[in-house]
Amino acid sequence: MKRYLILEDGTVYTGEAFGSTTFSPGEVVFTTGMVGYQEAITDQSFANQILVFTNPLIGNYGINNEDNETLHPQIKGVICHQIARVPSNWKMTESLPAFLEKNNIPGLSGIDTRELVRKLRQYGTLRGIMTDTLANTEKTVALLQNSTPTKGIISKVSTKEAYANPGLKRNIIVIDFGMKNSILRELNKRNCNVTVLPYNATASEVMELNPDGVLLSNGPGDPTEMESAAEMVAEIEQHIPIFGICMGHQIFALANGAQTYKMKFGHRGFNHPVRDLHTGKIAFTSQNHGYAVDPASIANTDLKITHTEINDGTVEGLEHIKYPAFSVQFHPDAAPGPHDADALFDKFMKLIDSHKEVPAYA
Amino acid sequence: MPKRTDIHKILVIGSGPIIIGQAAEFDYSGTQACLALREEGYETILVNSNPATIMTDTEIADHVYIEPLTVDSVSRIIRQEYPDAILPTLGGQIGLNLAVALSKTGILDELGIELLGTKLESIDEAEDREKFKELMEDLGEPVPASQTVNSIDEALTFAHQIGYPVIVRPAFTMGGTGGGICHDDTEMKSIAKNGLELSPTTQCLIEKSIAGYKEIEFEVMRDAADNVMVVCCMENFDPVGIHTGDSIVFAPNQTLTDREYQMLRDCALKLIRALKIEGGCNVQLALDPHSYHYDVIEVNPRVSRSSALASKATGYPIAKMAAKIAVGLTLDEIKNPVTKTTYAEFEPALDYVVCKIPRWPFDKFTQADRHLGSQMKATGEVMAIGRTAEEALHKAIRSLEIDEKDLFSPLAHGATAAELKDKLIHPQDDRLFYLAEAFRRGYSLSQVHDLTKISVYFLDIVKHLVELEGELSDNPFDPETLTTAKKYGFSDQTIANLWKTTPAKIRAFRKQNEIIPVYKMIDTCAAEFASSTPYFYSSYDHESESQQTKQPSILVLGSGPIRIGQGVEFDYATVHCVKAIQRAGYKAIVINSNPETVSTDFSISDKLYFEPLTLEDVLNVIDLEHPKGVIVQFGGQTAINLAADLAANGVKILGTTVKDLDAAEDREVFDKVINDLKLKQPVGLTATNHADVIKAATKIGYPVLVRPSYVLGGKAMEIVYNQDELQQYLQQNATVTADHPILIDTYLEGRECEVDAICDGKNVLLPGIMEHIEHAGVHSGDSMAVYPPQHFDNDIKQQIVNATKKLAVALKCVGIMNIQFIVHNHEVYILEVNPRASRTVPFLSKITGIEMAQVATKVILGQSLADQGFDDGLYPEPQTIHVKAPVFSFNKLAGVDSFLGPEMKSTGEVMGSDHTFAKALRKAFVGTHVQLPNYGKVLLTIEHGNEDKILPIANRLRKIGWQIITTGETDDFLENNNVHIMKVVQGTNEIKQLLKNGQIDLVINTMQHDYEQNSVGFKIRQDAIAQNVPLMTSLDTVRALLSMKESQALETITIE
Repeated sequence: MKRYLILEDGTVYTGEAFGSTTFSPGEVVFTTGMVGYQEAITDQSFANQILVFTNPLIGNYGINNEDNETLHPQIKGVICHQIARVPSNWKMTESLPAFLEKNNIPGLSGIDTRELVRKLRQYGTLRGIMTDTLANTEKTVALLQNSTPTKGIISKVSTKEAYANPGLKRNIIVIDFGMKNSILRELNKRNCNVTVLPYNATASEVMELNPDGVLLSNGPGDPTEMESAAEMVAEIEQHIPIFGICMGHQIFALANGAQTYKMKFGHRGFNHPVRDLHTGKIAFTSQNHGYAVDPASIANTDLKITHTEINDGTVEGLEHIKYPAFSVQFHPDAAPGPHDADALFDKFMKLIDSHKEVPAYA
Repeated sequence: MPKRTDIHKILVIGSGPIIIGQAAEFDYSGTQACLALREEGYETILVNSNPATIMTDTEIADHVYIEPLTVDSVSRIIRQEYPDAILPTLGGQIGLNLAVALSKTGILDELGIELLGTKLESIDEAEDREKFKELMEDLGEPVPASQTVNSIDEALTFAHQIGYPVIVRPAFTMGGTGGGICHDDTEMKSIAKNGLELSPTTQCLIEKSIAGYKEIEFEVMRDAADNVMVVCCMENFDPVGIHTGDSIVFAPNQTLTDREYQMLRDCALKLIRALKIEGGCNVQLALDPHSYHYDVIEVNPRVSRSSALASKATGYPIAKMAAKIAVGLTLDEIKNPVTKTTYAEFEPALDYVVCKIPRWPFDKFTQADRHLGSQMKATGEVMAIGRTAEEALHKAIRSLEIDEKDLFSPLAHGATAAELKDKLIHPQDDRLFYLAEAFRRGYSLSQVHDLTKISVYFLDIVKHLVELEGELSDNPFDPETLTTAKKYGFSDQTIANLWKTTPAKIRAFRKQNEIIPVYKMIDTCAAEFASSTPYFYSSYDHESESQQTKQPSILVLGSGPIRIGQGVEFDYATVHCVKAIQRAGYKAIVINSNPETVSTDFSISDKLYFEPLTLEDVLNVIDLEHPKGVIVQFGGQTAINLAADLAANGVKILGTTVKDLDAAEDREVFDKVINDLKLKQPVGLTATNHADVIKAATKIGYPVLVRPSYVLGGKAMEIVYNQDELQQYLQQNATVTADHPILIDTYLEGRECEVDAICDGKNVLLPGIMEHIEHAGVHSGDSMAVYPPQHFDNDIKQQIVNATKKLAVALKCVGIMNIQFIVHNHEVYILEVNPRASRTVPFLSKITGIEMAQVATKVILGQSLADQGFDDGLYPEPQTIHVKAPVFSFNKLAGVDSFLGPEMKSTGEVMGSDHTFAKALRKAFVGTHVQLPNYGKVLLTIEHGNEDKILPIANRLRKIGWQIITTGETDDFLENNNVHIMKVVQGTNEIKQLLKNGQIDLVINTMQHDYEQNSVGFKIRQDAIAQNVPLMTSLDTVRALLSMKESQALETITIE
């Protein structure tokens, strides 16, 4: 069956339908990762976005029960060049199209995805919507031009209620801005006792739980909408070790007076080389962000740049010069993507441990 | 870290002659490395014995030595040049082994020469089985359990310890023969017994079988600052059990989840870090398809065939980066040469699918054992790129230049049910076609999976294409079906077969419906960054990124995969043609399908289309580019074969016209030209029944050379001296029919020679005459050859020059041609004319300094020889003497007869140059690793009728101290002629034992009628090769060897 992608500039791509028939507008973005479509599709940072895979063949190994980053993906569409007819993997429980259908996510295959990616690279992220009819194209374009797909999105993807993910060691609070399960997996591996709080948790709510450390999660959309979260961070950072990831990194920057900006087409993929400015070492990182911290805005803050992308110089890591707090723009939790930076979780653990050793009122 | 300034002069070691398992990929990597070092300002010295390569061009390194790759010869070069450092990791296993051997002699320490790149300890750790096992244990990385055994009991004990199934690998057997997989004690007893018997060292490796695991390869890089990265991950279509060089491979990996991929990536990076590799490295892993368990198969601590493939598949030039890393640069300071905006520290993202299929030599070696296993048998490979896996597979199949142009094989189609099943279970080179056939006969995916263990994901690619065949058949001339078929890579030819029409009609219908391909760029980054790489592939997609080249352009057709008879020489000529085009002010566009070569390095030409060399694919590029013309003279038979069809489609073929190309190949037209020019050629007749054969022979006069026009195994060419012998011949080669006629030629006894001539239509330049050392009957590609000729006087040379000039002008050659002559009774006869560059072009170019392919290209583009400063006629001969010697890969191929005949069998060649013929010969022999002691024991096994020829040879051997071992009949003859015989052997078993015990140093075997696999002659030859004992099947080669040995021996003369 034919299916179309309509962009805000009026371009129409015609391909083949798969997945669900529930269509909503989204920001059309692309990822260059060649594996890990399941993790990407279930990554809440893609909420209200339509994801184009540059890898032409998607669905090859189906979907399994282990690699979900959330149980309720909010992505608004999956676009690829070819969808596998017969997926195969020992862990597979269902096919990608079946999974998408179940989760109300439409899919589109058979379009020239490279052409679309080149367009996005040139014009930047564009809004778009899938449809099975071209009856109202003009109206749809007008609607797209007035749509704000990712506005207020964090409130929709964040947990409504606090919940525990128990462990035996350090007490960690994770603030959920659209958290990927991989963050919990990494904390679990380190036997942390985790409490996940909604995005709008206040400083006192956090402090009441007497955490050893706070992790600010990843999440979709514009960080400047998270003003209250930034205020919360500004209050607690002097007391508790903080680790920000992706959205968490941007909120940490905003909390300390830095600025963020919307990138032209963002970083989405796993081959972004990032240099650790302390060690000079380079890691390939998993990335998914459309906003970034403005390096010029760091100058008059208490922040220091710790990581940069080696090709375009994007700020990829920050630390506080006074407090035990740091953040990275990329995903050390990988999934999908390389594990090159997972030692950052160990760094967080060490920071917590050394902070605990210092008497509170010395 | 900036590059090192404490070293200035670097020696690069090449990989020597092309053999199975070590092909043109090392010319590509070596060339890249040399250029990279020069780019960084280092003085480079190159040593390689292979003259057919680009890397041995004077433009590639500052000092080029075409010398044997032995400790002796390279040590001499080192003492002469005093390099500061050696870069050994780009010349394959040969280069690496040589560096290790050099280091052991102490010369490197003595002269303070450093080995760049990966350290020797690391190389040792990766290559020594035991050390590698230890390292893996230390790292906690799993390897399949294995143990070396010397008896069946030991084998059984170990098998019980690790559990069945296990693989038995006999040590040092030809083509890995005698091994196999065992599922129980009974199988083990029989296979281990056989393996131990076959092994020259009575030794087998017993290994836990991981057959059926997914085989995954990582190409990884590391620099001295410990930055690591993955360039490419590739997945074998064929599961573990078939050598990766013989496997169909896809890139990127297709069936791994992120969890699996990252687990394996972590392992690959851990290994390269542990081994402290500085440069490129290949890691092969096996993943259990039913768990997260994996095993490390092996690590190659150097650039490899896979890294060449990965470079072409991603656009990322691994060897170039490896060379820069070797001189101290780090990945984060080297610019990515593809994007030019990003750094080399970048893991390429692919937005296309790459398929590699090996090219096997079984079209030439019809008797060879075609089963695939742990011993690689392919001579080359093709790569194809598409936007769907199906498209990539289809394009790869038609790039192979084999009988099958798609998934349909008449042989597979005619197979019985039992044959089909057997072919699925026991893979041969043609399994792909049997897979398709299985689906045509209604096998399910799981049935085929159960038989083959190939992932159903991959199997479905084949099944999908079979289903599409059906859809096509059901919907003739339906544009929508056609569009779909093209997206999945169906060729016009295949569609024409299914629609029972011609490809030309399909093409017209396709264009009429605007179903035409677009060209996509290979940019390492999936379009994330702007890039301007001139590297494209076709696809039936929407947006084309390649626009017609603005300046006038010329299209050059490459030569496709490396195979017997069409080797790296043609890539050499292609690259030089490109250079000349550019120097003449045109843009050069290349089409080729071989990932191993220099010509498919996108930095060589102005634009590279990585496409199959078929009429359709070439015409599609021409439709876009509208080049001024196409040059076909340098791409071997592949390109020449396309010329007529291209011309018929209105394409301008530059140089010799299609009509004149035909004249050289059409026997009737050619005969007329020869007659008109009053030149001589052996009389040749064709007959289609026994009576006519005899009549023809009588007419020509005995002796005659008889051969079937259709040669199976190349054994049926024979010289017969009378009618009785001819009758006998006909009885043995009974099938003479209209389809399989017999050719009868005058047999002329004499010396063969060949020339490559460049002609501008008026003047003719002969850079040199190459004299063959073996007489008629041995293919020119398998013959040793010497330049300048050693046995021709000026009169003969003049005859050759005159004939060449007449022929070149009469055949209206514009460009280059090759002529083979035989000199008989002081007269020159023409044997054959090839209207294209031949395999001797690089050899002669290097010796004479005339860049023949470039001169010919300039002629083709309109610049006369006179304008280029060349006189008409034979170029002055040098003071030096140069010998070309062929190199064979018989020890990789079980069942192939090594007797040299009219079918070419060699895979590569070496050159030996010096001031005397004997010295040049010696270097050539050394270069081919025919290492003989000055005296020793020689086994003489002679064809009946050769006795008079053997007597002088036997006497010469005796005179320099060789002892003769022989068989009964030869013994009587020699004894009667007073030649001392050391030993007479009875039967092949005794010979085998002597060979095994190292009691024979040289085997001379001329038993050419013994080519059945169970015949005495065949067995002796096989045993000699299995035991690595030098074998000669032509007495001419023996004479050359003798004259070389005699020149080394001091005379011992009694006082009379």
